[in-house]
Amino acid sequence: MKLVTAIIKPFKLDDVKSALETYGIHGLTVSEVQGFGRQKGHTEVYRGAEYQVDFVPKIRIEVVVDDGDADGVLGVIVKAASTGQIGDGKVWVTPVDEIVRVRTGERGADAL
Amino acid sequence: MHVDSGDTAWVLVSAALVLFMTPGLALFYGGMIRSKNVLAMFIANFATIAIVSILWAVVAYSLAFGPDAGGHGLIGTFRFAGLGHAHQEVPGYSLTVPPLAFAAFQMMFAVITAALLTGTVAERTKFGAFLVFAALWTIVVYAPIAHWIFSPTGWLAHKGVLDYAGGNVVEIDSGASALAIAMVVGRRRGWPREVIAPHSLPITVVGAGILWFGWFGFNAGSALTAGEGASQALIGTQLAACAGLLGWCAVEKWRTGHATTLGAASGAVAGLVAITPCAGFVNSMAAIVIGLAGGVIAVYAVSMKFKGGYDDALDVVGVHGAAGFVGTLLLGVFASRNVIPGIRYDGLVDGGGLHLLGVQALAVVVTIGWAFSMTWLVATAVQRTIGLRADDAHEIEGLDTALHAEAAYDFGNVRAARMGGPGG
Amino acid sequence: MFIHLAAVSPAVAHPNSGDTAWVLASAALVLLMTPGLAFFYGGMVRGKNVLGMLMQNYVAIGVVSVMWVLVVYSLAFGNSGFGGFAGNLHQFGLFHINEPVAGNSALTIPPLAFMAFQLMFAIITPALITGSTADRFKFSAYVIFIALWVTLVYGPIAHWVFSPTGWLFKQGAEDFAGGTVVHANAGAAGVAMAILLGRRTGWPKTAMKPHNVPYVLLGAGLLWFGWFGFNAGSALAANNLAGYAFVNTNTATAAALLGWIIVEKLRDGHATTLGAASGAVAGLVAITPAAGFISPVGSIFLGLIAGSICCLCTTLKFKLGLDDALDVGAVHLVGGVLGALLIGFFGTHAVNSLAQNGVFYGGGGHLLWLQAKDVGATVGYSFVATMIIGLALKHTIGIKMSDEQQLIGMDESLHAESAYDFNALTAGSIGSSSLHSSISMAHRTEVKA
Repeated sequence: MKLVTAIIKPFKLDDVKSALETYGIHGLTVSEVQGFGRQKGHTEVYRGAEYQVDFVPKIRIEVVVDDGDADGVLGVIVKAASTGQIGDGKVWVTPVDEIVRVRTGERGADAL
Repeated sequence: MHVDSGDTAWVLVSAALVLFMTPGLALFYGGMIRSKNVLAMFIANFATIAIVSILWAVVAYSLAFGPDAGGHGLIGTFRFAGLGHAHQEVPGYSLTVPPLAFAAFQMMFAVITAALLTGTVAERTKFGAFLVFAALWTIVVYAPIAHWIFSPTGWLAHKGVLDYAGGNVVEIDSGASALAIAMVVGRRRGWPREVIAPHSLPITVVGAGILWFGWFGFNAGSALTAGEGASQALIGTQLAACAGLLGWCAVEKWRTGHATTLGAASGAVAGLVAITPCAGFVNSMAAIVIGLAGGVIAVYAVSMKFKGGYDDALDVVGVHGAAGFVGTLLLGVFASRNVIPGIRYDGLVDGGGLHLLGVQALAVVVTIGWAFSMTWLVATAVQRTIGLRADDAHEIEGLDTALHAEAAYDFGNVRAARMGGPGG
Repeated sequence: MFIHLAAVSPAVAHPNSGDTAWVLASAALVLLMTPGLAFFYGGMVRGKNVLGMLMQNYVAIGVVSVMWVLVVYSLAFGNSGFGGFAGNLHQFGLFHINEPVAGNSALTIPPLAFMAFQLMFAIITPALITGSTADRFKFSAYVIFIALWVTLVYGPIAHWVFSPTGWLFKQGAEDFAGGTVVHANAGAAGVAMAILLGRRTGWPKTAMKPHNVPYVLLGAGLLWFGWFGFNAGSALAANNLAGYAFVNTNTATAAALLGWIIVEKLRDGHATTLGAASGAVAGLVAITPAAGFISPVGSIFLGLIAGSICCLCTTLKFKLGLDDALDVGAVHLVGGVLGALLIGFFGTHAVNSLAQNGVFYGGGGHLLWLQAKDVGATVGYSFVATMIIGLALKHTIGIKMSDEQQLIGMDESLHAESAYDFNALTAGSIGSSSLHSSISMAHRTEVKA
């Protein structure tokens, strides 16, 4: 199994979610995060004093999938999250050793 | 002219109360939108206070309440421009307050009427362009309608149209204008597919409380004296707001299973809107019926935008337009010379027949027609020249950081920032 | 404040009910300004200091209200005593309060209503100082400071300018509602205390952004609303003069708001919400001394000047290296001084029959000179006296919070509270009460350590 983690622009969340649903993904976890990449931050001004805000708000999506689906899911996310502008985000895949569904105790692919 | 200190005290207090309604409106609306746009809402309201106040002093007051130009009741002259001739009687009135106190009181009405439109164009409008629009709108739409109905020398006032505190001039006017400008500006990105939820209901409720408070100045202050009329208007205002709140919540509970906080706040406002034209003209029991009707009808009216496909973001059409419409017509039913002997016709209930209802309907039609068409023209002109609609990128990012370089909240520690600029 | 000098009727046997209603309503409006100020400032500080700010403002209501009825009202509005330095103590503890206000026998309201109205001015004036001292003034020292300050600084200055028996009033200096007594005074004191306290830990390198701008706007709305009582109420009667003060208050504020954001737009490229709120307050400050002395069109110019100049002055603190945290100097000192001096130009006899004409109305420079003296006396005395009070406290009980306390924030380190709890872990969304209490216990231990 693989863990697919995506950092995307917040307003792309709906597109990515519906693309993943169409692909057949039944569950995912979302969190609000902040960070910076090449996009850098932005400037805010309060009574003439400028503040450089380094961290930009992003959405992190985490979804655990079967080994065979990892590439497909990665492609779906990249396609749905893309605007072509700087700051579109990153997606990466990491191996997962074990997974358990809390309610039933099912393990591995059955738990997905 | 005899100046009565008690009347003057009351009108001055009322003017302050009505001014306070616009910051209240900013809070009411600001809580209802997404946190990335809340400051844009605030600055639009505060700057509207600024631009309309100045415009009012310079010219709009004179157009609305100055001596009539040509005797047709269509528009005032420039006699009072710059608040000049401040000691001269206001035509048609026999005031017991200084004309300046009256001008200040009316100024606050012009301010909030323009500010109401920030609700319909929320989250997608350019700041500077909106101010230009608000300035033009006050001259082209607000001032003439105020002259026709509020000034005793206006042509609709001559026909016997009644409007205690602005059911036509403020509420229907802003509702019809809201519809026009919503159509010109277009929908927010993602509306109505995406959920666009309120970001802070406590702020909205603070705003509703301030509006309710200020509305006593709006309605009871419109008596322009501190006496029986103001007392009736005040109690009517209170009862209608309560009935509106209960009416809205009851319909919600029945339709969706939940009475909501936002519904309670909206219902109170709808009740207040509905009683605005009627406040000092109807008795207290009629005020309950009018408030209830306003609250109940507004619940249904706010969902029209989904059928109509126009993005009236915070329901200016549904609340102010619809409840103002209901109140103005119900005045033709409930107006009573037992409450205020000075009016020309009784309403239906007191046996006055259909006459009052007829002229009220005429006023509604004229107000809607003028406000809708002129707003559409002004908004289109602004859109075609400097552009009223914000860029897509700015709308996505949020207007606060994109247009105003500010963020509303900073509760976290991760949102690291460094001092730049003058701080080094 | 404006007082009818001409009339010579005896005590207020029959108060005018309309005038009394207006002054009582105005007193309530002015009281509301201090909670408004608390929100205006509270939104501008960081989230860890918001309660500290609210607390300082609310406690000012408590301390000053008591000091006022005990002694300060008499110092301010008693008949001149102490060689003209302040009022005598004839009204100590509101004794003899039903006698006519000294030099002010033409009042048409009960002296008690006048006293209550003036109390609210005395409350907000020291509260204004909290803006410059934000985030670092020890609470205990602050409480003692304002008690001393309102007695030794506010009382005398109010006497000089507001009381008809005061020396500046007698010379003809004009201050309708407190441009010098309230704003220039608080501004000068704010600057003095910012100097004595020194910078906040980390200023100016660390970002210190407003944590809740909607609060700032809520506060600005409350201030704007309450200010009608402040200015138009200072006519002390519901009459045409109150109408002028009311209209001028609104138009000057409107113009200053626009002036501030226009400067911002030209200088920084953005009109900001904080700027709109700040511009409004700058306009309110500047029109305060002038409200009943100038025409509505004059007030538009006065507002534009004040809004744009105050905006430009906010960057001075960075050049001077002075941590006037929330710009009390740039807004209240500069705004108050500007307003007081501009009366010397815009003042017109046509608005107020007992007032003098300014430069633009053919009155020559006489009024301007009187206004300059008023400004010099109030600002000079306020700055020096505040320094002395501040230094005395600094070398006895200490006035500044430690670096560590500042880093933790005033709310936790001074008041053992935190303003917000949106976190599911601590806000009770999680069922286990033991988890909740163990977290808060651990939290407390940490703070104490």
